[in-house]
Amino acid sequence: MPNPLLKTENVSKIFEVGSMFGAKKHIKAVENVSIEIGENEILALVGESGCGKSTLGKLMLALLRQDSGRILYYLNNGYKDIWSLKGEEFKEYRRNAQLIPQDPYTTINPMRNVLSALTPPLLHYKIAKDRKEARKMAAELLTMVGLVPPEDFFKRYSCRLSGGQLQRIAIARAISVKPKFIVADEAVSMLDASLRIEILDLLLNLKKKIKTAYLFITHDLAIARYFARDQRIAIMYLGNIVEIGKTEEIIQNPLHPYTKVLLMSVPIPDPKIARSRGLPKLKSLEIPSLVNPPPGCKFHTRCPYAEKICEEKVPELREVKGRLVACHLL
Amino acid sequence: MNENKIMRIFKRILYDYIYIPLKILSKDKRALFGLIVLIIYILMSIIGPIFVPLNLEPNMEERYQPPSWKHPLGTDFAGRDIFAQIVNGGRDILIAAFLAGFVTIGLGTIIGLIAGYIGGKVDIIVTTLIDIFLTIPGFPLLMIIATWLLQSGITVNILMIAFLLSITSWAGLARSVRSQVLSIKQEPFIEVDKCLGLSKFHIIFKEILPNAMPYIAINFMLSSVSAVYSYTGLMALGLIPYTPGNWGAMIHMAQAYVGTITGAGCWYILAPSLVIIILQVSLVFLSNGIDKIFNPRLREW
Repeated sequence: MPNPLLKTENVSKIFEVGSMFGAKKHIKAVENVSIEIGENEILALVGESGCGKSTLGKLMLALLRQDSGRILYYLNNGYKDIWSLKGEEFKEYRRNAQLIPQDPYTTINPMRNVLSALTPPLLHYKIAKDRKEARKMAAELLTMVGLVPPEDFFKRYSCRLSGGQLQRIAIARAISVKPKFIVADEAVSMLDASLRIEILDLLLNLKKKIKTAYLFITHDLAIARYFARDQRIAIMYLGNIVEIGKTEEIIQNPLHPYTKVLLMSVPIPDPKIARSRGLPKLKSLEIPSLVNPPPGCKFHTRCPYAEKICEEKVPELREVKGRLVACHLL
Repeated sequence: MNENKIMRIFKRILYDYIYIPLKILSKDKRALFGLIVLIIYILMSIIGPIFVPLNLEPNMEERYQPPSWKHPLGTDFAGRDIFAQIVNGGRDILIAAFLAGFVTIGLGTIIGLIAGYIGGKVDIIVTTLIDIFLTIPGFPLLMIIATWLLQSGITVNILMIAFLLSITSWAGLARSVRSQVLSIKQEPFIEVDKCLGLSKFHIIFKEILPNAMPYIAINFMLSSVSAVYSYTGLMALGLIPYTPGNWGAMIHMAQAYVGTITGAGCWYILAPSLVIIILQVSLVFLSNGIDKIFNPRLREW
């Protein structure tokens, strides 16, 4: 990629847990992650829950500060660490990186109506001159996300809206400032299956209109495949990126053992095939403790192909068949 | 143009802060009752003294009269009209109660917001302070301060009384506001607001504070209620240099000069007690409706 919009360089984030008494424990939520997202690109980040996908998203939005590594943002023909940005530059970055969270019911302030959720950012960035114009723009935004007629929604509170409607409003808020980069953190996982495709299509349509890049975080490979078709997928396991490459290549021919297992866990609607497929050939079904992750390759405790080197040496991402994979055995 | 703008803002304030709350209250009969009673009390203390002036001249021929057209609530031990005393005593109590309510929610909200939003060492220090104030028993402390003020001969004005009445009551509110803020600032919508670049001021006062507002509004009502009790209680115990015609002072006098609530003097002690109780009940009823005004989830539309 010539000039990615946002890239992370060996980013790690460690959380401190533990009670008031007893030793403090450390959880490495994200470890040495280097990914990049180009303009107008979609990167689907897939992994099981607790693997640090959301943490990575928050790090890239500067909602959390990384413990090591750098997150670089392309600004005025050069890369700058997002934590070194000041004043106007930081404002510019803030405007260009937005978030669509998971749970639509907590994404809108229950005490503020839809209109008062949409207008403050428009006024803050002077996209709208005054309240009247902001109101007009809010109506346009609601129409864009498919809530018509918009005037019906202005005075409503989140307790009087359905999950799908709320998620549309969350999307309207995120796109209101015309960002270049949106983190969609499990944006459809709380919705009904029937609504998911609608919302995904809405996000894809908006991408065409406002030209934005998505970091699409999900635990569902099927949704990642649908959303990031002709784009890229990154597979994450316990804080590490284990495989990253073109969507169809990964789905058709997974290289990393973890990706293979993850693909096998996608439910199949035919019970006969599902039964004959059986359980994945893992050494153990248990996820290793996050506090004491296994040495070497973190997957070796479960990996059916694990060898001695896997227990000793941490595998690095290297290029195999046109994509990046972190495995010693390839 | 400019005048037009002022008119628009005025209209919006009228709509948001008068029309909508009244519409919500009108659906809740108990709250409406509370509001009407409270308005009657306020009118009574503002325009009442004009029609029923306070006359404290002793009139020994008319002692301990039962209610009549001339004296709607009877007369006291010196033959003075009880109704006039009730009407004239309302102003002090209402002002003290609402001032104390405002001081309580002002202190409690600001301290709670600071502790909850900043967190860290500030939070630990403020929480310790709150805990200390929570363990101090309010009314006995008030008695001590009032006695000391009485002894030292400092003239006590209504503002001072309001501050005294809220001296310990802010701590409970500060604690609940703090815990509210702690949980709300973790909510996803605050993260979205941060990403949208909204200012700290906006996030604290327009996103977090409205979520704590039902608590604060109810606390305003309830601390007004307890301020009324404390104020009249201190008066009834004779610990504040009393103003003539104060309800608490009337109870004190009735205690001292009549002694019992049976017999001829019963109107003298019953009237102020009932007036206080009705005020308190109306405030508590109103506080239920206040919750609905600030919490859209409880509204019926």
